[in-house]
Amino acid sequence: MENKNEITKIKKLAKEIRKNILTMSLAAGANSSHFGGSLSTVELLATLYNSVLKFDVSNPLWKDRDRFILSKGHACLGYYSVLCEKGFFPKEDLNSFEKNGSFLLGHPVINKKKGIEFSNGSLGMGLSLGIGVALAAKKKNKSYKTFVLIGDGECNEGSVWEASMSAAHFKLNNLTAILDRNNLQQTGSNEEIMSTKELGDKWRSFNWDVKEIDGHDIAQILAAFNYVSEKPKLILANTIKGKGFSFSENNNDWHHKIMTKKQYDDALKELNVPK
Amino acid sequence: MRATFGVAALELGNTVDKLMILTGDVSTSAGLDRFKKKFPDKYLDVGIAEQNLIGIGAGLASEGFNVITTTFAPFQTLRCCEQIKVNLGYMKQKICMVGLASGLVLGTFGYTHCCIEDIGILRSIPNLTIISPADSSEAVKAVLSSLEHKNSVYIRLTGGANIDQIYEDDYNFKIGQSITLKEGKDVSIFASGTMVKVALDCSIILNKSDIDAEVVNMHTIKPIDINKVNESAKKSKLIVSIEEHNIIGGLGSAVAECLVGIKNSPTQIFFGINDSYSEGGDYNFLKQKFNLTPDFISKKIISKFKDI
Repeated sequence: MENKNEITKIKKLAKEIRKNILTMSLAAGANSSHFGGSLSTVELLATLYNSVLKFDVSNPLWKDRDRFILSKGHACLGYYSVLCEKGFFPKEDLNSFEKNGSFLLGHPVINKKKGIEFSNGSLGMGLSLGIGVALAAKKKNKSYKTFVLIGDGECNEGSVWEASMSAAHFKLNNLTAILDRNNLQQTGSNEEIMSTKELGDKWRSFNWDVKEIDGHDIAQILAAFNYVSEKPKLILANTIKGKGFSFSENNNDWHHKIMTKKQYDDALKELNVPK
Repeated sequence: MRATFGVAALELGNTVDKLMILTGDVSTSAGLDRFKKKFPDKYLDVGIAEQNLIGIGAGLASEGFNVITTTFAPFQTLRCCEQIKVNLGYMKQKICMVGLASGLVLGTFGYTHCCIEDIGILRSIPNLTIISPADSSEAVKAVLSSLEHKNSVYIRLTGGANIDQIYEDDYNFKIGQSITLKEGKDVSIFASGTMVKVALDCSIILNKSDIDAEVVNMHTIKPIDINKVNESAKKSKLIVSIEEHNIIGGLGSAVAECLVGIKNSPTQIFFGINDSYSEGGDYNFLKQKFNLTPDFISKKIISKFKDI
């Protein structure tokens, strides 16, 4: 029963995140935003921030907080949305997305007081940072955990594999990577651009404990996070790019696209939430 | 200088709180074998993976560790240039990078292992400090100062095993503050790294031709000591820069960027590697080839000085 309530709560949070994503996408105007790759992360982020991560919004620099790194920094719409929902900054700030001088740019800029642990945007860098942070926990005998969200397109970057190899070598069982496997990257499918076939096998062969799940099924996401391993853990989350809106699901036009007011209104109706 | 770095590391292991020294499979070359044995918890080898080296270093630094990374200069700088930009420049995670065997000393290995580009490339990244020590004692001072410094620092080690020592007595080393090793009123020579010795040798040769040359050890290339350049520009008739680096983007460029802001500034002559990858060879062969010798440089200065 408790689990059912928790799932309902996470689903509600996911809905709010999607609504916030629409707000920011509209606010971005002609600057456009990375819509599709943000929507594939929504359930993962909602579950992580609702039920997994230890943090204290009134003390964002709390030393024992868990650390989260959005390595696929372009998917910041979901990240900013969940931080906002958890109280790191007010809703009106979302309207400043990609505006001059805003702290909410199109890729995260380090701002620990607002819950943003690192700057990211150039792909393939977040996992190495996470390894440094996880190693620091071991060195300092701290129990905080480190979570890094990466993309499947991002796995084209060689630096991901340098990091992957070393995390297992350093026996970082306090590190979890979440791989948003939405099968699409900027200009086409993984298969067309650079095959990432058998991603699970690749990570397993780098000595990670791989849990493959449906990345939109909250019960499965919770179970994967709760699973304890003696190795670094990879949650291979099969997701749908653009998830949540009929016009954007698996439609790579929405990788980075301008949202019109009409599309925004239609999407809100589809989401079935009040404006 | 590399062996000296290893000795300095041993001292740091005893004195610096939350120290982490990271290498990319170069512990022996970096003189760190003893450190590795004595302080295994403070040593981390990330393998031949320099992008990961900087990322892990930045992650540790974000958690309060005093991080030093080291590998051969091309791999310490060029291979992981974007990680340096994003993690150290943009995000201001603070680490100290030690680039081994920069310049021409590994010339017999070919230009994959020489490094004539590091200063130019790193100089264009905001929030980075660049130091090129003149001898091994200055390398130690540079490492110690870096740990207290607010920005990330790149320490560029040049020269071979038997590097000339510039300093006999202890002295005050301050990042960003050049050291005038010899006063002079006619010509001002700015040099860094192993070229400081070359500059001193030049001044002796020049003296025989009645040219009184000032020699400045510009150990910090970024931020450049603009006050010293201004002061020299006011009194000298000729400015000279000598560097074991491409003449594009290095010390000479940094000095020139100061000079252009000065009304009626004196002429500058650049000595360095003339924007080329020549045939390979040993250190002395390459220094001769690129005219980085006291005799050649002095002759050029004398000839130029006469024309003024």
